[in-house]
Amino acid sequence: MEKHEEHTAHVHRDDEGDKLGMWLFIFTELLLFGMLFLMYAVYRHKNPEAFLLGGEELDVFIGTFNTVILLISSATVAMSITAIQRGNKKQALVLLGITLFIAVLFLVNKYFEWGAKIEYGFYPGSDLLHELGHGTTLFFGLYYIMSGIHALHILIGIGLFIYVVWQIRRDKIHSTDYVWLENTGLYWHLVDLIWIFLFPLFYLIH
Amino acid sequence: MSEEKHHISSYKSHLFVLLALFVLTGASVAVTSLEMGPFNTLVAMLIAGGKAAIVLIWFMHLKFDNKLYAIFTTFVLVIFLLVLYVTFFDYSYR
Repeated sequence: MEKHEEHTAHVHRDDEGDKLGMWLFIFTELLLFGMLFLMYAVYRHKNPEAFLLGGEELDVFIGTFNTVILLISSATVAMSITAIQRGNKKQALVLLGITLFIAVLFLVNKYFEWGAKIEYGFYPGSDLLHELGHGTTLFFGLYYIMSGIHALHILIGIGLFIYVVWQIRRDKIHSTDYVWLENTGLYWHLVDLIWIFLFPLFYLIH
Repeated sequence: MSEEKHHISSYKSHLFVLLALFVLTGASVAVTSLEMGPFNTLVAMLIAGGKAAIVLIWFMHLKFDNKLYAIFTTFVLVIFLLVLYVTFFDYSYR
């Protein structure tokens, strides 16, 4: 049977199945971050003052800036799917280029943000945190772990976008076969979704 | 993808969604300076929840795709909220 089907035009595809698989993966990601949010909630409940003081150490401007650019990148990914569906390859590539640029910019901002914190003495195991006590240590521990795992997801997203751009250029992703772009988009929206909660929980504590 | 017609969202609709997300982000930053006691965190989480819903419904296409995804997503979120509730129920009565 295999011999007969070799080199025929029909290629087995199950886009709905691909997408369902992506959603199932997203749910496991939600549980991963969900447990971190749960830890955050409990420790903040037990150390309200330390979390308030820790939050005041973070730069609201850079947090807001990163929130805004990440939202823009979510919109450009969504628009790139529209472009591909309409068969507009060039527009899709431009929109994905903007998304890639923003993803890198986000990490550059993170580098400067973390660099300033570390220079100031806020890093896991630092003398300053030891002096400030248990609550502040927990706050910064969660800050580095949660925004760190989030930044790792941005890095993976950059890899995915490079692959998708390459596939669009080679016409492997086009107006009738774009589930790879759709699933990469879903992943990127998830990364945005997580940041939507990280932002107020760390930068906007009142 | 072949048998059914796919919903194509316009650029304009995506930009409207983005605008709504900007407004909510601005609101979230603005309310931080208001004095609302314990309600500050609640309001911040409600705004974040609203933004998350917008991203899920429009950007992640839950509104237009197979309803199965929307049902699953709701189920996962409800489970998470239940776990959060049970955890705090536990911590409050220790």
